[in-house]
Amino acid sequence: MISEIEENQDLIVRTVRDFATRHIEPFVREWDEKQYFPLEVMQQLGQLGLLGVLVPEAYGGAGLGYREYVGVIAEISRVDGSIGLSVAAHNSLCTNHILLFGNEDQKQRFLPQLASGEFIGAWGLTEPNTGSDAGNMRTTATRDGTHWILNGSKNFITHGKSGHVAVVIARTADPNTSHNATAFIVERGTPGFSAGKKEDKLGMRASETAEMIFQDCRIPDANRLGEVGDGFIQSLKVLDGGRISIAALSLGIAQGAFGHALRYAQERQQFGQAIARFQAIGFKLADLATEIEAARLLTYQAADLKDAGKAVTREAAMAKLFASEVAVKAANEAVQIFGGYGFTKDFPVEKYYRDAKLCTIGEGTSEIQRLVISRQLLK
Amino acid sequence: MKILVCVTSVPDTTTKISFTDNNTKLNRAGVQYITGPYDDYALSRAVELKEQHGGTVTVLNVGEADTEPVIRKCLAIGADDAIRVNADPTDAFFVAEQIAAIARENAYDLILMGRESIDYNGGQVHGIVGEMLGLPSISPVMKLDIEGSKARITREIEGGKDELEATLPLVLGCQEPIAEWKIPNMRGIMSARTKPLKVVEPAGNDTLTKVAGYELPPPRGAVRMIPAEEAETLISLLRTEAKVL
Repeated sequence: MISEIEENQDLIVRTVRDFATRHIEPFVREWDEKQYFPLEVMQQLGQLGLLGVLVPEAYGGAGLGYREYVGVIAEISRVDGSIGLSVAAHNSLCTNHILLFGNEDQKQRFLPQLASGEFIGAWGLTEPNTGSDAGNMRTTATRDGTHWILNGSKNFITHGKSGHVAVVIARTADPNTSHNATAFIVERGTPGFSAGKKEDKLGMRASETAEMIFQDCRIPDANRLGEVGDGFIQSLKVLDGGRISIAALSLGIAQGAFGHALRYAQERQQFGQAIARFQAIGFKLADLATEIEAARLLTYQAADLKDAGKAVTREAAMAKLFASEVAVKAANEAVQIFGGYGFTKDFPVEKYYRDAKLCTIGEGTSEIQRLVISRQLLK
Repeated sequence: MKILVCVTSVPDTTTKISFTDNNTKLNRAGVQYITGPYDDYALSRAVELKEQHGGTVTVLNVGEADTEPVIRKCLAIGADDAIRVNADPTDAFFVAEQIAAIARENAYDLILMGRESIDYNGGQVHGIVGEMLGLPSISPVMKLDIEGSKARITREIEGGKDELEATLPLVLGCQEPIAEWKIPNMRGIMSARTKPLKVVEPAGNDTLTKVAGYELPPPRGAVRMIPAEEAETLISLLRTEAKVL
């Protein structure tokens, strides 16, 4: 007899699979080629409750935990990593930042629209000159009576152009001082806030990545998230959850690529038998299956710890580091197993190969994850 | 309006089929079960009719405990409650007998189901249920609208469509495009946990048929590629080998 939690998880996963099979899979290649961000699919996902997975029902969300959230992201990403990335960024960065650090008024104002998909969320920390070194950001917010004036730019922002609302971290004190950043909610249409260049990317092409530009952009103090100076600390906490997201994204990509490779290896005949029967391919499949299972366990472990309210910095970083490296390896081996066909766009694995690479870079590179883990070990 | 939707729990359409017990039983190992796709259409239309006219939707399944995930999904899609008749659905007569027994205890305005299950594809249950209850049964229904106590129905017939009008209560076997399949939302999934699912014992044990054995269709032959410039060879093969010309 399976437990209620497992039955629920299974139903959620099957629901997401049904949706992805019907509404995402047929368009994967077209969206990838055209670099088309399907806003309409995001809104449908919102109607299903998948854009406010962690948001309590009182604010219009699904009120689920990280365990279910991981299942959702992985299942979407199994079909299309780009959509998985967009759903992950919307849920765990923008929406989660407001959920974790917003006051009651801010939660009431923004969470219901974010959870329903009426608003798509963006989250801005990275800048052209500060990726991993976020503490040295150049975007500033200067107080002006009851307002703040933002100047600067953020880049590589998921939904930087189409997002209706963005959480932006800006420097509110001198560089190289502690507590020098503060988070603000910026709505699209605010004078002085515009979108810059949309990036033309190697992979994750159906997920919009763009620059956000602030020129004397006046933000009411009512849109400040938490205390002045807490922006960077808040961001690190948001990223702890975000890493579970990217681990789930990686897991889905790995499972998707592996699924295609496994099927193909059983169908493709060479020298009178399926190539899966050759030890060279069989062992590849065995290694991948084992590593994907390990990535899955690490990811769900981090999710369960997070759901239990425990510290997850180390475990989330481990899950993200390992799962993303497994995704890259699985996609690489899938292309190898497909051989020449794998190198063409007529077969699905080359896209996983391109998409997977983002996972070792976004929301903290593999190198930063190792730094986080080692610091936790040496504490 | 009280609607009963009868659903089957069937192997996923991508299942690789094999048999056990001397080819008399499906090998259930590793099989993923889903709601019968035609039953999904029936349920989706039932939920839409409830939204339009009010009332309740009850889901009924004849099956053992392992069909409950399928039933929960129906509740997540929008059914109000569910009944599971705790028995292996051995044949169409037995299943129809169970449905009729439940229907006799409750005055349903509509008894909907898929036009057939996609495991054994008998397509007989709606007809037998109608006969047992003395109600009209119509299948396969592609369109269904209700006005007061009247149902306007479009049924597929060979080479065309049949427009019908009938008075409720009715038994209908449904198919596409009666409604668009619904995908449950997260709230529906969460609320499905607390919706009532009643388990009842079977009303009778009249299995009229027995499976002597199953046989898989012969495997599909390999594809033969014929170059475009050899159209004559293709025509000759279609004549002599495939015998379709």
